[in-house]
Amino acid sequence: MDWAYLFEISLTGLASGGLYALAALAFVMVYKATRVVNIAIGEMLMAGAYLFFTFSAMWALPLWLAIPAAVLASGVLGAVIERTVIRPLLGEPPISVFMVTVGLGSVLVGLVEILWSADQRRLPDFMPTSPIMVGDAFLAPKVFWGAVVAALFIAAVLLLFRYWRGGVALRATASDQAAAYSVGINVPRVFSLAWVASAMLAAVSGIIVGSIGGISSSMGVFGLSVLVVVIVGGLDSVLGALIGGLLIGVVEALAGAFLGGEYKLLATFLVLVAILMVRPYGLFGTHEIERL
Amino acid sequence: MTIPQSPPAVPAPLLQVDGVTLSFGGVHALSGVGFEVQPGSITAVIGPNGAGKTSLFNTISGFYRPNAGSIRFQGQDITRLPAPRRARLGLGRSFQNIALFRGMTVLDNIKLGRHAHLKTNVFDALLYVGRARREEAELRRDIEERIIDFLEIDHIRHAPVAALPYGLQKRVEMARALAMQPQILMLDEPVAGMNREETEDMARFILDVRAEWGVTVLMVEHDMGLVMDLSDHVVVLNFGQVIAQGTPAVVQADPEVNRAYLGSGDVGELRRKLRAAATPQGAQ
Repeated sequence: MDWAYLFEISLTGLASGGLYALAALAFVMVYKATRVVNIAIGEMLMAGAYLFFTFSAMWALPLWLAIPAAVLASGVLGAVIERTVIRPLLGEPPISVFMVTVGLGSVLVGLVEILWSADQRRLPDFMPTSPIMVGDAFLAPKVFWGAVVAALFIAAVLLLFRYWRGGVALRATASDQAAAYSVGINVPRVFSLAWVASAMLAAVSGIIVGSIGGISSSMGVFGLSVLVVVIVGGLDSVLGALIGGLLIGVVEALAGAFLGGEYKLLATFLVLVAILMVRPYGLFGTHEIERL
Repeated sequence: MTIPQSPPAVPAPLLQVDGVTLSFGGVHALSGVGFEVQPGSITAVIGPNGAGKTSLFNTISGFYRPNAGSIRFQGQDITRLPAPRRARLGLGRSFQNIALFRGMTVLDNIKLGRHAHLKTNVFDALLYVGRARREEAELRRDIEERIIDFLEIDHIRHAPVAALPYGLQKRVEMARALAMQPQILMLDEPVAGMNREETEDMARFILDVRAEWGVTVLMVEHDMGLVMDLSDHVVVLNFGQVIAQGTPAVVQADPEVNRAYLGSGDVGELRRKLRAAATPQGAQ
């Protein structure tokens, strides 16, 4: 066993796990506040990446403008989705809303193919390119900087959850809707807020994922791994999203290095099955039966 | 059928419920309910199980929209206002089945009562400077010095609410409602399921809330002893209708109230009453 190699692979896994954690956080935010299982999370990520592509590569905006613009535009997209697709289904059975998000994913893929074609594209390089060495281990610079950005955003979200009124309102609404109404929290607006924030976080992950591996209309499959992450971590657990993200990142990296790339998904799903057998609510999920 | 309320020069009522009718499908939960809550009073709504007391509470606080009738608060028509707006206007409430933010501490729960009054924005919060820090400090002082001390829950302030015994949870709920700085405190069965000692504590708190904060109290309660001891005004509901209202003495002497509570033994009359309750009518 080559320990240095193992270390290097694990490090890469942890770094890409940070991206999973960020995207999983976007998912958990919506689930916690609104109990909607958003299957389209991968496609929202893709939408964010394509918006960034439009602003930076097609309209040639400078980066400092293109990135915030893409994130903001994704927030608007999130608000529109919530108002037009999700809000009218308030009070419908969870399975209906779930199926609608499946459809939403397809619609987003279709829109991307109409607007930008199905070709694979490259995002402009904007991350530093000098290699990162941790001890003797080499880390791809894009992966490293992606993880740093993801970590910053995760920290910001945690701070906002803790101190910002909207974050507190979101936690309160997640905990008890009637009580939230009774203390003057505008619950429907919290629902919007959750979707907007989720879409913006998804956009950030989409931009990073896209600048590492390029963008295409099929990059929504990234969402598949994100779903594994949130199910492993527990659908409504922020901590679960973070730890699940890192865990799945490492598992994928190890499987990819030692078994071959085609075993990545197999390995993560095996982990998923194993964890669900021991802890049906995920590692940190609330113990309640969720029927879908 | 309102019993005339005589004291001269009554101040303008704080809350006016007028002809409120609420039905779920064909079931009339409330028909033509009307009463007033005077500022500074303790008003109780009583009635047998299923009389519509909680439905009335939910209508007043905005969880249900009445099919007819109006609700006025401080002279303003609030019938169409959504629940959070009403909360901000000054209607604080507790719930029969306790609606606390489980997973948060007692202090966090109480602080959320003040939520609607805070103005901290995203950037303040991210940096935890300026308004965020100042508001947090002010909030802490007020809540810690006044509400927590007052309700004697100092020892549990950092405990997660889910782990507390029932009586204390009820008290935390009341503390959260008080943190909203309400004009009117609506308590849905504040002493249900409490032992004698806890009930006496709660009775003392209710009286003190009025005395120290000048908060008007509207409560739904089954404990007749508590209701008769504390209330200035009692409203009796049966099958969704007001069958009597007035001072505790007046209500206790009302033959209709006794029948509603003890049953008349006359099946024919019961049937008439059911039918009357089931048909939509002006009631008055």
